[in-house]
Amino acid sequence: MSILVLCEQEGGVFKKTAAELLGLATSLSAGPVAAAVLGGGDAASLGAFGASTAYVVDGDFGAYDGDAVTGALAAIVAAANPTLILAPASYAGRDALPRLAARLGCGLAADCTGLTAAGGAFVAKRPVYAGKALVDVRFAKGPAIVTVRANSFPQPAASGAAASVVSVAFTPAAPRVSVSERLTPSTAVVDLTEADRIVTGGRSLGSKEKFDEVIRPLAAALKATPGASRAAVDAGFAGHGDQVGQTGKVVNPTLYLALGVSGAIQHLAGMRTSKVIVAVNKDAAAPIFEHAAYGIVGDLFEVAPKLQKAIAALD
Amino acid sequence: MALWGRILPEEVPLNIAVCAKTAPDTATPIRTKADGSGIETAGVKFVVSAYDAFAIEEAVQLKEKGAAAKVHVFSVGDDEAINQLRSGALAVGADDLTVCQDAAAQGADSLGTARVLAAMIKGTADIGLVLLGNKATDFDSSAVPSMLAELLGWPVVTMVTAFSIEGGNFKATRNVGGGVSEVVTGALPAVISADKGLNSPRLAKLPDIVKSKTKPVHKKALADLALTAADLAPLAITSTFAPPPPRPKGRILAGDIDTQVAELVRLLRDEAKVL
Ligand SMILES: Cc1cc2nc3c(=O)[nH]c(=O)nc-3n(C[C@H](O)[C@H](O)[C@H](O)COP(=O)(O)OP(=O)(O)OC[C@H]3O[C@@H](n4cnc5c(N)ncnc54)[C@H](O)[C@@H]3O)c2cc1C
Ligand SMILES: Nc1ncnc2c1ncn2[C@@H]1O[C@H](COP(=O)(O)O)[C@@H](O)[C@H]1O
Repeated sequence: MSILVLCEQEGGVFKKTAAELLGLATSLSAGPVAAAVLGGGDAASLGAFGASTAYVVDGDFGAYDGDAVTGALAAIVAAANPTLILAPASYAGRDALPRLAARLGCGLAADCTGLTAAGGAFVAKRPVYAGKALVDVRFAKGPAIVTVRANSFPQPAASGAAASVVSVAFTPAAPRVSVSERLTPSTAVVDLTEADRIVTGGRSLGSKEKFDEVIRPLAAALKATPGASRAAVDAGFAGHGDQVGQTGKVVNPTLYLALGVSGAIQHLAGMRTSKVIVAVNKDAAAPIFEHAAYGIVGDLFEVAPKLQKAIAALD
Repeated sequence: MALWGRILPEEVPLNIAVCAKTAPDTATPIRTKADGSGIETAGVKFVVSAYDAFAIEEAVQLKEKGAAAKVHVFSVGDDEAINQLRSGALAVGADDLTVCQDAAAQGADSLGTARVLAAMIKGTADIGLVLLGNKATDFDSSAVPSMLAELLGWPVVTMVTAFSIEGGNFKATRNVGGGVSEVVTGALPAVISADKGLNSPRLAKLPDIVKSKTKPVHKKALADLALTAADLAPLAITSTFAPPPPRPKGRILAGDIDTQVAELVRLLRDEAKVL
């Protein structure tokens, strides 16, 4: 068996999912681990997390082009011949990896939170029905593709090892989908699906002004990504991209702080795997408290500024 | 079809394919069977999968704007899928529904499902656009749209929050994460998956639900689609359905707000070790 890991990078810096997935692949002791790298970045450095080889397709992968990502990965798979392809459940993981599965005619388990290897077979674990159940996925043959939810596995400690770099030739065709405009938020934030900390506001914020005044600064103080309930998004307090839940982002942070969110089943669908959930709600009977490690029954407009101050005082 | 001045003679009539399925109502509790073979379906209400409602609405709006001639709906599913898509798609303006109910199709993995949908779409005239939900609210895979595009050989844009067609081209806004969205353009035919925000799906009116009973529902057997059960044998095999592990009981903090805030920060730092 051998494992190929898609190591995503942004502006030449590998995302933390690269280390998470290389660490996972190495921990399975299921044969050699190789990295797949599209575009720049110090591919040899991935050896520090367990990659013995890094297959690199050079070129500009800055603007997302699903055709190019699928084609480049197919070229790397042909060179590396892995039994398992691991990738983050990122935008590319959702957009291009199913295409790769269709192109290679192989099985896909998407957005997994567990993976084991026993007796020569990989078994992936994934939440289904919005996390209300878990299933195991096995594969009829290799190669198979598993995409993994961010923050599901620890970051391994870096060793001094370097990966040997193999350059793979791939010439992209003219893109069939071209980006004509890129709309970026005023302050760059870690994507909700990758965020380690999230501060979410609900309907009770009452207005976009209050959301911006209460939730965003608290999130900034915690180095967290702001999120919103659907009720808050539909009321225009935050953008659709900020929504957490069944019809929004599925998140998996270490710390999830929910202010004035009732904890509807569709909201829980998006955040129930968070490691530590904190709820602030003035209603002691709000369902969110059943899922919270720590709860404060109180007015969020009173709690949030005090919490922000206490956190700022920490460092 | 009426001829408007703005329809140029060289423009081909565009038909839209919408792929949609049913999934448990998102408010329904889910219980897994004791033997782990699946979920208990007794008492579970199945509805049109949440994101598929956005795909259906978008297709109907494009037809209303004159950008499309027909809206064909395709599904791999059971009789309840037919019932729900009658009121959820035909009654809101889709023209017909084609379903494959073959057991091998219903038991297929994402790639097998995409193969059946691709065969149904290829067998339908003049499809210039396929709209899907970005994920089905049962298995939450977000896989079928891109797989289908690959099988059809068409470009795909996933997680779309705004969409328009002009001539033979499309313009779409996609959510690529980190708060970044991109406006992209391309030529039809194409495959598009709908994200929340694309539109607000309308509810069917009672008279339209009544009328939808007379709209055509076509059934396709695998043989009609030149597929065999062997073509659809799952490559990703799902088993061992289990409830998620229970969360340890949390605690509600006590004291006035200042005390609670101080205690929360202490617990997050010293007990949970997340600060
Ligand atoms: C198909 C479908 C999909 C859905 N998808 C999603 C989804 O993806 N994400 C999502 O979030 N929802 C989703 N929903 C909606 C969901 O059912 C709830 O309506 C929504 O989550 C409620 O948002 P909320 O908690 O902000 O508002 P509410 O339920 O109105 O709760 C507000 C809470 O704030 C508390 N509160 C009020 N004032 C204060 C104050 N001053 N201080 C502290 N607490 C206060 C109240 O006690 C209450 O608990 C979906 C629904 C459906 C049907
Ligand atoms: N059995 C099916 N019948 C029709 N469309 C489907 C089926 N399964 C998936 N789809 C479409 O593909 C989308 C994504 O599904 P999935 O990849 O399963 O998350 C759904 O929202 C539907 O639009």
